[in-house]
Amino acid sequence: MDIQTLTFIIVGLTFALYIGIAIWSRAGSTNDFYVASGGVHPVLNGMATAADWMSAASFISMAGIVAFAGYDGSVYLMGWTGGYVLLALCLAPYLRKFGKFTVPDFVGDRYYSRAARIIAVLCAIIISFTYIAGQMRGVGVVFSRFLEVDIATGVIIGMVIVFFYTVLGGMKGITYTQVAQYCVLVFAYIVPAVFISLLMTGHVLPQTGFGATLADGSGQYLLQKLDGLSVELGFTEYTEGARSMVDVFFITAALMVGTAGLPHVIVRFFTVPKVRDARRSAFWALVFIAVVYLTAPAIAAFAKVNLFNTINGPEMTGVSHEQAPSWVKNWEKTGLIQWQDKNGDGKMFYSGDERNEMKIDRDIMVLANPEIANLPAWVVALVAAGGIAAALSTSAGLLLVISTSISHDLLKRTLMPNINDRQELMYARFAAAIAILLSGYFGVYPPGFVAQVVAFAFGLAASSFFPAIILGIFHKRMNRAGAVAGMVVGIVFTLAYIIYFKFISPELNNPQHWILGVSPEGIGTLGMIINFVVAIVVHKLTGDAPDDIQEMVESIRYPKGSGAASSH
Amino acid sequence: MAFQSAEHAKAYWRENLGLMLKLLVVWFVVSYGFGILLVDALNQITFFGFKLGFWFAQQGSIITFVVLIYVYVKGMEKIDNKYNVHED
Repeated sequence: MDIQTLTFIIVGLTFALYIGIAIWSRAGSTNDFYVASGGVHPVLNGMATAADWMSAASFISMAGIVAFAGYDGSVYLMGWTGGYVLLALCLAPYLRKFGKFTVPDFVGDRYYSRAARIIAVLCAIIISFTYIAGQMRGVGVVFSRFLEVDIATGVIIGMVIVFFYTVLGGMKGITYTQVAQYCVLVFAYIVPAVFISLLMTGHVLPQTGFGATLADGSGQYLLQKLDGLSVELGFTEYTEGARSMVDVFFITAALMVGTAGLPHVIVRFFTVPKVRDARRSAFWALVFIAVVYLTAPAIAAFAKVNLFNTINGPEMTGVSHEQAPSWVKNWEKTGLIQWQDKNGDGKMFYSGDERNEMKIDRDIMVLANPEIANLPAWVVALVAAGGIAAALSTSAGLLLVISTSISHDLLKRTLMPNINDRQELMYARFAAAIAILLSGYFGVYPPGFVAQVVAFAFGLAASSFFPAIILGIFHKRMNRAGAVAGMVVGIVFTLAYIIYFKFISPELNNPQHWILGVSPEGIGTLGMIINFVVAIVVHKLTGDAPDDIQEMVESIRYPKGSGAASSH
Repeated sequence: MAFQSAEHAKAYWRENLGLMLKLLVVWFVVSYGFGILLVDALNQITFFGFKLGFWFAQQGSIITFVVLIYVYVKGMEKIDNKYNVHED
């Protein structure tokens, strides 16, 4: 069977599975719809959190980014996992004890303020929308390459599937489909890595094979070879970075803190029965995420060596374009690989200096990896299904945040307090449907800046939510004025810095002009620090939070007496 | 109030914060310390074919994070039981 037929079968089977789960787990109440009635087992919730968290960016792009950036790519590996330590230790148990549906619920109640709630709703919606458009695009790319339909058709197919189980099942449907999606994506990620590791180093485990000697009889370590090749071809040494230490530090911090502040991740901890389960499921989530994240740097290193070898040939003198393997030609059709024969010798050559003739998009590394290493067709099909699973699971989690923000935080808690549970559920479904249509539109007609903005969602979450929640738990006298001032100053500063360097004066976007040498990717960390300082100073000037609020804070600090999440 | 006395409530919170801060120090030292600030020095050491600083940045820190959360979960369950504020 050819790759395309196999891909249709494997992707089709996974879709049938997701839809089956959606029908089995329909939501009957807002409690089902928002937090799956708080009845999810911590291990399953950990798995669902992992799938929710690992987006198309983790699955498709991350290993590619590490392959091209080497040591500098570590910011994503550490940044996107270290945030779970903050979540588990500083946020998840307390927010679970608080026992409401959403992050704006916490911000609004803790700071006894409609303004704070509305600011939080706006932040949640902005963060979620920037994120989701990228996911739909990921679905489109996978479909267009492997099923050879155009990107728009791919996006529409993705929308229909997500629509089905989000609108029908809400959090309950999403949770159980995410469990299935995790299994699909982790299998699809690990299998090709094991094959490649065996081929290149003879190690079954890619996570350790990555530090082993090559199987070609040279006795050289894989990473040594990669460092050597990188320098020879005019790149920075693979295991050393090109970014400044300050910048690496700030970007890592922004990603970590941003992870802990992302509403679609936090809300997952509202779905377990107890505070103890919230802690445990944070542990399981990181275990399941680590399986993929420990493999990613291995895939990156293998892929980079393979890429050098196939484009430049084992002698590093270039390979004739006519003899290029079929994957090069397949990806050239999508425009993600480009070759320009500058010296007219008919050979492809990839390097980091003026000899370079190739443009290679980092997003193809994971998707093309099985083809690069000549793996069987079913592995290629499996990777396509995994990429789609990653994109769909994250989209569904984000859609739920958007629909909850609108039906619960905006309508029920602010504008239309008198609607009953059934009406609220109807509005939630309606909001989810509209959000899917909108994000589908952005997937088909992406505004040019989507890909960039996704990375900035973390900075925005870091500079807005994170300090407000931390102070809300650990500083019981923190008051409304302090929290609101901190959030506003933090997010405005971060947004302004990003907009200035990315959209207004992109020509100034270099280390000479950055504040303290921090790039727009890392500025969320500074925004967070500013948020903390402003909140504390304003609090000093305006007096303590009322006594009943301080008592409420006392009561979320220990587990006893936690009930299921509720709206009252 | 769930605690026997105000002193118990204070002591519980102090133990909780103590555990949290200890673990956050490890979290910071391993990721930001070994993986970023001290990376050049650690890269002089080779660890099974990895430069050590590079390994911490790409794998070692992630393994540490998993262990940290495990220690926290177990530690907090013990403290909850000691002060009798665990859930049934």
